[in-house]
Amino acid sequence: MAVIGSTTPLQPVPGTTKDTRGRTARDRTRGSASRRRAGQVVVYVLLGLFSLLFLYPFVWLLAASLKGRGQVFDNRLWPETFNWSNYVQVFDELPVTSWMVNSVLIAVLAAVTVAVSSSLVAFGFAYFRFPGRNILFGLVLATMMLPGAVTMIPIYLIWKELGFLGTWVPLFGANLFGSAFYIFLQRQFFLGLPRELFEAARIDGASYWRLFWKIAMPLSIPSFIIVLLFEFQASWNNLQAALIYLNAGQPSDFTAPLGIAYAMTRYSPTAGGQGDYQFVMVASLLVTLPMLALFAFGQRYFIEGVATQGRKG
Amino acid sequence: MTELKADATTTSATDRGRVAAGATRAAPLPERGRRKGRWGRHGQYDRREAMAGYLFISPWIVGFLVFTAGAMIYSLVISFSRYNLATNVATPIGTQNYENLFTDPRVATSLANTLFYAVLAVPLEIAFALFLASLLNRATKGAGFFRTLYYLPKMTPAVATAAVFFLLLNGNTGAINQGLGLIGIRGPQWLVDPDWVKPSIVLMTLWGVSGTMVIFLAALKNVPRELYEVAELDGAGTWRKFRSITLPMISSAMFFNVIILTIAAFQIFDQAYLLFWRDQSNASPEASLFYAIYLFQQAFRQFNFGFAAAMAWLLFVIIMIITFIQMKFGNRFVYYEGDRD
Repeated sequence: MAVIGSTTPLQPVPGTTKDTRGRTARDRTRGSASRRRAGQVVVYVLLGLFSLLFLYPFVWLLAASLKGRGQVFDNRLWPETFNWSNYVQVFDELPVTSWMVNSVLIAVLAAVTVAVSSSLVAFGFAYFRFPGRNILFGLVLATMMLPGAVTMIPIYLIWKELGFLGTWVPLFGANLFGSAFYIFLQRQFFLGLPRELFEAARIDGASYWRLFWKIAMPLSIPSFIIVLLFEFQASWNNLQAALIYLNAGQPSDFTAPLGIAYAMTRYSPTAGGQGDYQFVMVASLLVTLPMLALFAFGQRYFIEGVATQGRKG
Repeated sequence: MTELKADATTTSATDRGRVAAGATRAAPLPERGRRKGRWGRHGQYDRREAMAGYLFISPWIVGFLVFTAGAMIYSLVISFSRYNLATNVATPIGTQNYENLFTDPRVATSLANTLFYAVLAVPLEIAFALFLASLLNRATKGAGFFRTLYYLPKMTPAVATAAVFFLLLNGNTGAINQGLGLIGIRGPQWLVDPDWVKPSIVLMTLWGVSGTMVIFLAALKNVPRELYEVAELDGAGTWRKFRSITLPMISSAMFFNVIILTIAAFQIFDQAYLLFWRDQSNASPEASLFYAIYLFQQAFRQFNFGFAAAMAWLLFVIIMIITFIQMKFGNRFVYYEGDRD
């Protein structure tokens, strides 16, 4: 019955329904082709216009990074003089190398720990049947709603008690225990795998660990990469944690975002700084480049990850 | 006949759902029957399997007990105490911290600023992101290229964005006011004039709106084209199609975006910190005092842990209430494809 129903054309096949004058939608589309083309022109003009708006700050930044002292504020997109030496001098002025190294190492630690732990937990929720599973998974999702401010102070006290203030541990330590959104993401992926795959391996005597490590993980590499990239970016951008845990230390111990904030103050013309703001521009550009490289490599993962976020709703 | 029709729509709805979920098998009916068998929800739990399951999720359980549940309880205790950081002793002082929330005028100021920012930012972000997504959805060629371009700001670290906009927004020499000058508008003192502090941040946020845009774009791509064609037959115009087809069909993405953006707006910190609170040079300390900024200052500059914890709980309650209202209100408008299953 249902099969017949689904094949009977009860719903109009797109573009074939006739209107009162016996024309199909497609005919009319053809009729107003010129109007449609005009519409496309408007679309592309607008797309181009917004491209300029979105790109302008990048071009501006690139230009400013090459300008001499005091020229940064002239808004020229083609610098009067090209001060390539800015890119050498910046390393004497600011410990940019340390910031980048610190940030890369922390971001790698944060990404790898959260991706592995979240996958483990996700597999637990996806494959196994145990009492309270749905309630616990509901709790996982519920923690996504909790504002970070509520647990910020106790977590600071935990790290203080363990003697980790001023170290990198607070910047990635909690990642060892998984993170709600990534658990959700990986679980969705695992649920999409055919269960027969695992049952067959079980019959062949594979352990649960083997199911996870040899079957689930290799198959989930696409979503695993999404988790890695998302967390790397989140860690790279994390200003607040660095402010809380590293701000009291030496500038060379800062992460990239904390370093740029420090440089902004140091050279800011409004704060009585020396006004060599071009160094802030160079440093900002250097901090942005790894993210652009990451995007060049994993664009589809970023886009897909964000779209998945939306599908959750 | 009506029964037949109902059957047909049900099948097509499930099909679509399955395609969206990424399954590739064609025959819908046997598949559905088999799935129920595979993931049977009744029956006994296997002891070994259950133990292994708990073992796999144990990292999260530990993390939840310490960093979420434990931390929440501790945070609640601290909010009713005066915390001495040197001795690590929390002395109970009753509801003093919560009473102080009402007597400290800066709490009200920061809350009003944050609320104002959220009311300004969220609708603009939604409208702009949806507009961009519709443009991309309409482009017949090169949509991927433009989407990549538009996504670049989202990849830019907030510090770099702020470092650039700090100069772009400068009231005297900034490029934005220069641009406005070209079309005869005298731009405001964005970062100094208290009235323009929030619009400054909104402008920065709009530049990086592409995450929201991508979510809308994915939703727009899922709207069946036939719906528009049928509507065109009935003589529906662009606005009518948008209102009666697009909006209902993307309502769940809309719902998600509004809730997420609202929660984010209430916790705005980075941009405000970088533009205004890095140092003592803040020209409009009243207008730029956002809730998360004041909370951070109280917690990690004054080490006023009790008061800051009380502030955090107030924020939590406010966000819960607003999210609850949005869900209650939103559920009336959201069209879930799965409803008909």
